[in-house]
Amino acid sequence: MRGRQNGMRVKGRQRTKNSFFREIRKNVFLYGMTIPGLVFFLIFSYVPMAGLIIAFQNFNVKQGFLSPFCGLDNFKFFFNRSIFPGLTKAGLNTIWLNLLFIAATTITSVILALAFSEIRSKKYSKLTQTLSLLPYFISWAIISLFLNSVLLNASNGLLVNLLRDFGIEINFYADAGVWPGLLVFLKVWQGAGYGSIVYLATITGIDPQIMEAAEIDGATRWNRLRYMTLPILRPTIVLMTLFSVGKIFYGDFGMIYAIIGDNGMLYSTTDVIDTYVYRAMRTLGQYGLSTAISMMQSVLGFGLVMVANGVARKLEPDSAIF
Amino acid sequence: MHSKKIKKRISWIDIVSCVIVTIFALLCLIPFLYIISASLSDENFLVREGYRIIPGKLSLQAYSIVLGGEQIWSSYRVSIVVTLLGTFLSLFFSSLIAYPLSTKRLKYEAMINFYVYFTMLFSGGLVPTYILISRYLKMTNTIWVLIIPTLIIPWNMFLLRNFYASIPASLAESARIDGANDFTILIKIILPCSKPALATVGLFYALGYWNEWFKAMLYNSGEKATWPLQYLIMQIIRKAETITNMAAQGVNVSASNMPSNTMKMATAICTIGPIVLAYPFVQRYFTGGIMVGSVKG
Repeated sequence: MRGRQNGMRVKGRQRTKNSFFREIRKNVFLYGMTIPGLVFFLIFSYVPMAGLIIAFQNFNVKQGFLSPFCGLDNFKFFFNRSIFPGLTKAGLNTIWLNLLFIAATTITSVILALAFSEIRSKKYSKLTQTLSLLPYFISWAIISLFLNSVLLNASNGLLVNLLRDFGIEINFYADAGVWPGLLVFLKVWQGAGYGSIVYLATITGIDPQIMEAAEIDGATRWNRLRYMTLPILRPTIVLMTLFSVGKIFYGDFGMIYAIIGDNGMLYSTTDVIDTYVYRAMRTLGQYGLSTAISMMQSVLGFGLVMVANGVARKLEPDSAIF
Repeated sequence: MHSKKIKKRISWIDIVSCVIVTIFALLCLIPFLYIISASLSDENFLVREGYRIIPGKLSLQAYSIVLGGEQIWSSYRVSIVVTLLGTFLSLFFSSLIAYPLSTKRLKYEAMINFYVYFTMLFSGGLVPTYILISRYLKMTNTIWVLIIPTLIIPWNMFLLRNFYASIPASLAESARIDGANDFTILIKIILPCSKPALATVGLFYALGYWNEWFKAMLYNSGEKATWPLQYLIMQIIRKAETITNMAAQGVNVSASNMPSNTMKMATAICTIGPIVLAYPFVQRYFTGGIMVGSVKG
């Protein structure tokens, strides 16, 4: 009995093995073509994932990934928040700034898309779309350069001068309070044109016959916008918002670090997890700690994407990501 | 007749939309005008009169200083090589894995899809990647570090896959019957059929390579010959900041160490110039790409 079972199991395994090789042989070129890609992701995505092991190590450069283990020492920050007060702040900033970014960019993008679609002159609509997309092509390095020399320079910045005319003196690079608003403005400036194209695509995809039918039934232009176009946009809005919510634990390093840099006076409102991790690694050499922090970030982020997708599937079955 | 008259009447919606898009478009355009104007201004005039949209006193001195330096040319070379070579390699290797996944002939397709997709959901983060690249792969201070770690971006790969999947399978099938292998089919049939798709995704890749500065700061700060333009800009900003801070703390620094305002703006123009020049030609593909990406999520 037992022998027979064993025999069957071996046979079964052989069969799956055979079918595996048969499948590979059948499509040998296709599978062969995937190999460079598979190797790429193995090295640059999966090896770093395995490298998260240094979150549990007392890392030193000599031994690299094989440093001695130290248990959960690097995760102390999670149980005792007072050790690294800046970190809690950075965590809260990350979430708060991202929420502001998502809300402001989504609202502006939708309004812009509606406006683009309502413009009667197609030429003017195209021209303004082209201009609105322009900032998306510019790096944060250039934007930062523009801010600190043209707009916010303490001696002759345009905005500084303008505010001075109204009797308001602000030294932007020393006043943390103004930055959340400024960053939101910059994010909208840079990304809303891009975002609006996505919504505009949905609007232009609407069957014109539906709109004509509504018009014949006496719906005004505003009513059509409010009760037809907006509801049609809803799944896209939900999908795009969920995409962003899934990334809420990730600060925009490229933006924040290019603009704020190592200006400690602004950390209280602008420091995000990613910039904190970078500093902990580069200036303090705290490899284990910074890995532990980004590991928490990845785990929480992964969970959140799953939740966000679950919610998406419940609310709008069409808009779930997978 | 009657309805036509109603259609032509200008309602408040027309006015509001027009105002909204005009304001936003102007906000997007004006900063560039300021940068251009400042880069063409005389330094003393700029310091005295402040920034203006129309340059008060024209001078090309900033450009002659910036373009006379060696660093900008070396950075130009790095940026151009990284962008062209990187975009080409990225498109090639992305297509190489995207095409098999688009054919629906592979039994393990779902597994491979998930293998790629998972890297979008979870990552090792900054530190392990940094240690891998600098300590084990020893790629620091080379231009390769600006290309290889982002050779295939999963999102772009899936975009290409969706494009390839929309090409009629009969095309590839008839070539297969004629004895062509799958690699030949990709090169000879699929890629030539996908020029708009390649342009769109290539643009995404090119933009990423051209605007990247963080990797240069992380890995290449020790070797000036491998600095791309964007990192040069970051250097200029940080240098100005450091000097301002030192001056604020009472350290005596001579103003000549400070890159002048007009020079900063001229460097900025040199950096965004190629993008703005290429922009009208590529914008069509760009908007097309955003739409496809949004539809297929």
